[in-house]
Amino acid sequence: MPKDDYIATIGLEVHVQLKTNSKMFCGCAVKFGAEPNTLTCPTCLGLPGALPVLNGGAIERTILVGQMLNCTTPEIVKWDRKSYFYPDMPKNYQISQFDLPLCVGGGVPLYDLAYPKEAQKNIANPGKSVELTRIHLEEDVAKSTHHSDFTTIDFNRAGTPLMEIVTEPDIDSADEAAAFLGSLRQILIYSGVSDADMEKGQMRCDVNISVRKKGTDELGTKIELKNLNSVSSVRKGIVCEIDRQIGVIDSGDKIIQATWRWNDELGITTLMRTKENADDYRYLPDPDLLPVRTANLVAKVQAILPELPHQKVARFEEDFQITHYDASVLASDGALADFYETAAKGAKSPKKVANWVINNLLGELKERELEIGDCPIAAEKIGSLLDLVEGGTISNNQAKEVFVELFESPDSEPAEIAKAKGFEPADSSEVDGFIDQAIAANPGPAGEVAEGNDKAANFLTGQVMKLSRGKANPKQVTEAILAKLRA
Amino acid sequence: MNPAELSISQLRAAYQSGDLNPADAINSLTEAIVAKDDAIGGYLSYDTETALAEAAAADISLPLGGVPIAIKDLINVKGHPASCASKILDGKYTAPYDATVIRKLREAGAIPFGRANMDEFAMGSSNENSGIKPCKNPHDLNRIPGGSSGGSAAVVAANTAIAALGSDTGGSIRQPASHCGVVGLKPTYGRVSRYGLVAFASSLDQIGPLTKSVEDAALLLEVIAGSDAKDSTCLDEPVPKYSEFVGQDIKGLKVGLPKEYFAEGLHPLVKERVEKAIQYLESQGAETVEISLPNTEHAVATYYIIATAEASANLARFDGVRYGHRTSESPQDPEDNKLIYHYKHSRAEGFGDEVKRRILLGTYVLSSGYADEYYKRAQKVRTLIRDDFSNAFEQVDVIASPVAPTPAFKVGEKSTDPLAMYLADIYTISTNLAGICGISVPCGTVSEDGSDLPVGLQLLGKPLGEADILKVGAVVEAGQKS
Ligand SMILES: [Zn+2]
Repeated sequence: MPKDDYIATIGLEVHVQLKTNSKMFCGCAVKFGAEPNTLTCPTCLGLPGALPVLNGGAIERTILVGQMLNCTTPEIVKWDRKSYFYPDMPKNYQISQFDLPLCVGGGVPLYDLAYPKEAQKNIANPGKSVELTRIHLEEDVAKSTHHSDFTTIDFNRAGTPLMEIVTEPDIDSADEAAAFLGSLRQILIYSGVSDADMEKGQMRCDVNISVRKKGTDELGTKIELKNLNSVSSVRKGIVCEIDRQIGVIDSGDKIIQATWRWNDELGITTLMRTKENADDYRYLPDPDLLPVRTANLVAKVQAILPELPHQKVARFEEDFQITHYDASVLASDGALADFYETAAKGAKSPKKVANWVINNLLGELKERELEIGDCPIAAEKIGSLLDLVEGGTISNNQAKEVFVELFESPDSEPAEIAKAKGFEPADSSEVDGFIDQAIAANPGPAGEVAEGNDKAANFLTGQVMKLSRGKANPKQVTEAILAKLRA
Repeated sequence: MNPAELSISQLRAAYQSGDLNPADAINSLTEAIVAKDDAIGGYLSYDTETALAEAAAADISLPLGGVPIAIKDLINVKGHPASCASKILDGKYTAPYDATVIRKLREAGAIPFGRANMDEFAMGSSNENSGIKPCKNPHDLNRIPGGSSGGSAAVVAANTAIAALGSDTGGSIRQPASHCGVVGLKPTYGRVSRYGLVAFASSLDQIGPLTKSVEDAALLLEVIAGSDAKDSTCLDEPVPKYSEFVGQDIKGLKVGLPKEYFAEGLHPLVKERVEKAIQYLESQGAETVEISLPNTEHAVATYYIIATAEASANLARFDGVRYGHRTSESPQDPEDNKLIYHYKHSRAEGFGDEVKRRILLGTYVLSSGYADEYYKRAQKVRTLIRDDFSNAFEQVDVIASPVAPTPAFKVGEKSTDPLAMYLADIYTISTNLAGICGISVPCGTVSEDGSDLPVGLQLLGKPLGEADILKVGAVVEAGQKS
């Protein structure tokens, strides 16, 4: 049966490391790259007698994410012990949340630009929002490193705050899964809660996939897919797993509920374990931690709720009269959006500023291998540079020269640089003379202008620009030519 | 004057007068331990050298300056062994940090001296479950000292300690105190920090003093009580000067007598001693009122579900991976999962029978499909038991009852019948389920087989009502002397 005759249903479980100073249940620092086992204490080592104490900052950050994603926060939340034996978890139970998590429901809007490039032109469900089941907060486990015949454990990561975001089975394709992760990351970065970089392990993702024949309602048997360490492995893993499941069904076999593992090198999925030896986690409300009333925390977070990327896009379109696409590009990165907004605020043409930032600034930064946050030029100066163009003081080409110069001496004002370069608007009587000169020298085109040919006017303008050695303002020159010839 | 025989307040007075110094106390206790403890088995270890060094540096102007305190072997003292009387830790674990109570003791000048024997991981009522060695009752070496803080009670009773800290999860301070004839106080849940107490059942455990006098219990409690940023279940409430309540009169105080606690099963002579003590309270101006705690019959079942559920998770960490006993066996069958094999064998070899029994029970009641039927239902019954006490305390100031239905029984008498042992905790268990405070104060002896076996009176107080039970306890104590 062809692939098109099947529907895939996908749900994600995403773990996100929170950017907090200290761990979830103790005062140890959260830091990447420290000497192994130096950021530990009796609590995060799970020593006998040590007790956990909640990290209020981590709770607030999780509620913040929940509020940004339209989740509801139950009035009372609590923590539970999830029991299973593994050496990376020194208590042999993980403190997590079972039936009263910090956030319930909500959704993640899928942004067009978060889809893989080749999929952006043909988005199956534009404007879709992926429904969330819940978001809860738990402690991360230690980091195991497997050697030839032994394993070492670094407890620096043990007990760091970990947010788990669980979606409904609401994702239809690998591309949507990628868009979900991209959009979620964008929102998490906006919230300042996490850098959410999968490559750095700050965001980890497990996938549940089932397929069923079109026209049937009952979901197929679910397979959990693990070891997906980048957005591209999530995409490839899902495509591969869907194909495998369709193959199994096509050959008349049944899918057996199990956990499979993605092998990125070989590009295949392999069986990890079947459901028979799945764990019973024996959840127990953690008697060491009191339930938390959330009303005050929600109110506190509401007061500092940041704008979401799609809200920013809408505002940019409205306030600055720029296109949806330009606004989306600018809003795709919080730092870029802030830069643009500062530059555009008070600028004569925010639209020109947008074009300049997207077409000139980003290119120049890329060439110099700089992030927007490292841009040496203050955003306000980009605004004033384009005001010089808009006001007719300098031409677009001159602005480019000023712009390059600004990178070298970012403390200078664009107007000063323009002046030093001699980019002053030509004397109007001088320009007048050049216009007369050009008309006299080009009677043919001048006649065509008089008959209404705009292209000919552009030609004459070019001549005047040459005569003025670029100093004249082309827009004003064109207007003057038209005034003279069409009067 | 033999320093080992003194109470905290007597020893303090002797330090102040210059008759004794802290080293005298350590030396005297060491001599007493050498002379008596082989027969009693109250200590798992002690370190005279370290204690003498601390004694030399002690500041006797502090509230407990230079006072040695024996510590139940499940409270972490930095640099001391902490075996919890279990083979899984014995000789293989040294505490790397001080429990909050130890920090507070040190700040008050006390010297932690000696690791008191106990039932393994505090699971037991007779100290017969110690994984290291049994502990005997100093009043009759053929009898049990009670448990789980059997060692703490025995060393205080035998004058091989000045005072001790124990822990009480279902009666583990009060019952051995009663059997050994010392004072034992279980504080309100959250009154004393649990940070550094190796957990048995986290929602029930409390650390408390075992002492030679009610005043000593008050002196120790006022040092170890109080809020702790490291224990979120610890209450942030001011700590009264408890010792000031010792010696106050009890005129007009209402004492409740739960009819369920004086019903069948209570040894007639124990009943008589308890009633006599209550009559003395009446003679001192207290008014007695019969009350009812109707859910008493459900307490033991409720307790053994909640306590074992919590214990099954609390004890999961003892796996021999990073510390403690590690099996020397390795799988013969190459198909065996090495890690699972390691867990199974290390834990099977390290834990004793009672601990295994409770871990299995706790694992079972939390298993999927059973949690609603057992654990969640037990939590509901726990609320009912708590309500029983709230209702009772609307009528009375304190509740008086026996601590245990019989005096100390003989070693081996109940060890083959865990259920009989569990049922003997009937008068003490509800206190922990309700989270209220209780004290056991000696109220006479019962003669059996030629031994005078101590009997304790239990006084239960409202949440944070420690001052009330200490006040009444001191009157009971005074009545014994009169
Ligand atoms: Zn830590």
